[in-house]
Amino acid sequence: MEVLKDLIYYFTENGSYVWEQFFRHFLMSAYGVLFAAIVGIPIGILIARYHKLSGWVISLANIIQTIPALAMLAVLMLVMGLGTNTVVFALFLYSLLPIIKNTYTGIRNVDSALLESGKAMGMTKFQVLRMVELPLSLSVIMAGLRTALVITIGVATIGTFFGAGGLGDIILRGTNAEDGTAIILAGAIPTALMAVIADVVMGWIERKLLPVKKKKGTTEELEKATV
Amino acid sequence: MLKFDHVSKVYKGGKKAVNDLNLEFNKGEFIVFIGPSGCGKTTTMKMINRLIEPSEGTIYINNEDIMKKDPVKLRREIGYVIQQIGLFPHMTIQENISLVLKLLKWPEEKRKARAKELLSLVDMTPDYLDRYPHELSGGQQQRIGVLRALAADQPLILMDEPFGALDPITRDSLQDEFKKLQKKLGKTIVFVTHDMDEALKLADKIVILRGGQLVQCGTPDEILREPANEFVEEFIGKERLVQAKPNITTVEQIMNPRPITIMSGQSLTEAITLMKQHRVDSLLVVDENHVLEGYIDVETIDQNRKKARLVGDVILPDTFAVEKNALVRDTIRQILKKGMKYVPVTDENNRLVGIVTRTSLVDIVYDSIWGDEAAAE
Repeated sequence: MEVLKDLIYYFTENGSYVWEQFFRHFLMSAYGVLFAAIVGIPIGILIARYHKLSGWVISLANIIQTIPALAMLAVLMLVMGLGTNTVVFALFLYSLLPIIKNTYTGIRNVDSALLESGKAMGMTKFQVLRMVELPLSLSVIMAGLRTALVITIGVATIGTFFGAGGLGDIILRGTNAEDGTAIILAGAIPTALMAVIADVVMGWIERKLLPVKKKKGTTEELEKATV
Repeated sequence: MLKFDHVSKVYKGGKKAVNDLNLEFNKGEFIVFIGPSGCGKTTTMKMINRLIEPSEGTIYINNEDIMKKDPVKLRREIGYVIQQIGLFPHMTIQENISLVLKLLKWPEEKRKARAKELLSLVDMTPDYLDRYPHELSGGQQQRIGVLRALAADQPLILMDEPFGALDPITRDSLQDEFKKLQKKLGKTIVFVTHDMDEALKLADKIVILRGGQLVQCGTPDEILREPANEFVEEFIGKERLVQAKPNITTVEQIMNPRPITIMSGQSLTEAITLMKQHRVDSLLVVDENHVLEGYIDVETIDQNRKKARLVGDVILPDTFAVEKNALVRDTIRQILKKGMKYVPVTDENNRLVGIVTRTSLVDIVYDSIWGDEAAAE
């Protein structure tokens, strides 16, 4: 009970500070994913085209994924120094695998009959990509971004050790303070909350982007039409 | 219109899929490529729009060498329908139909009008335009698939077993519909199938291939009457060859010219008496000009005995009839496929002139087995 009271007290006293860190934390994760998307989606498309490259590229991304976050950040720090950029770059590296993998899978899984149809109708290679492959794999690519975002929100917590700020700052302060349970929770709960919300929102977008609309949607439309 | 000049295709590894093919077709012909699987029929077809490029020889469309054209441009001028249908699931029916037009940069308004016009060709209402492919049945989807190939009014259409994945009844009606459409629009069609019935029904010209070689090319009648060799005979099948006997070709020649009929004004008692007299279980109903109106059978009479009194009250109006000039082989197939006991035969004014029953079929089979011997004696 005491802890809960302390927690509420902490939030009322430091509300704007928590919010500021929350926002900062989110931005770092989002930038990491965004840059990874800019690089990863074209790579995914490329290795779907040139199938032979896929093994190499995906193994490489897999290796990056296995490096422990603290080790990766430490090594990057040696090269890039302290600061937000180092952390964002690490988050970028962690996001690559799910994004490349999902883009690759999404595009490879487009029905070959559709590709043949498109080609035989006189689409150029770029048109096939734009009008057939991308729209049909969009929800799978989105699922990759969703995984990446959830991973980066977790990893970004460690960013505090490298001078990047974020909700990790609050947690770290709690661990250093005597009897800091409430402070640790004040950092940990918003982090968990952010991950859950990100997952739910991205999942919703992913469903919206499904190429074949679910039966439910159409019956709703029909009902609207009859009313 | 379409010409193959010493065309060969050798795949990597030296497998020869098509070997020195020479063929020429006229505009408006319905050409069917047929053969066992792996005979090179699909390869031959795909070379026409350069989905597969020939290794040797030239293909001409309207005297133009297709290898000298831009493949993208070439494909936009050739319709293409495949067995898997291949409608884009994320596009509405309208977008699917008018996709080629979009590639050709037609304005939105014209595309919409064209899609509507095309839908009416297959008797589908415009409210389908905004639906998605998965909301349609298989048969409807393939109708859209065919329309998509017609959208830009392409003079040449390639079809790779387009009706192969449909159930037999849908396939049958789609074949009929499509053949009519083809005649109406005067398209040149290259159609690949392994179903001989389909080939005989649709083709103006059948091209039989085997192991990448041309075996025989000719009209369905030519092939049925003079199969080039044993392979063709076997491929066509014995019973079809029997059906194609030259001395019995139209329905009129085999029908029973005196079917038992009744008029709708007569009473059911009379109908029963007539049935008993002639030992039949159904009667064809005609009007005073002998125009076919429908039929009645003993079950419906039995069910409605208490309520109805006149034939007209219990008449079943949907009768499937064939014209007297219809080919015997088509009619027989329909009887066997639909499991009908008989088919009424009408003239061009829908007047009843006869009936083909299963007994008539027995006659044909008897004729074909013993008829020749009887004639020889």
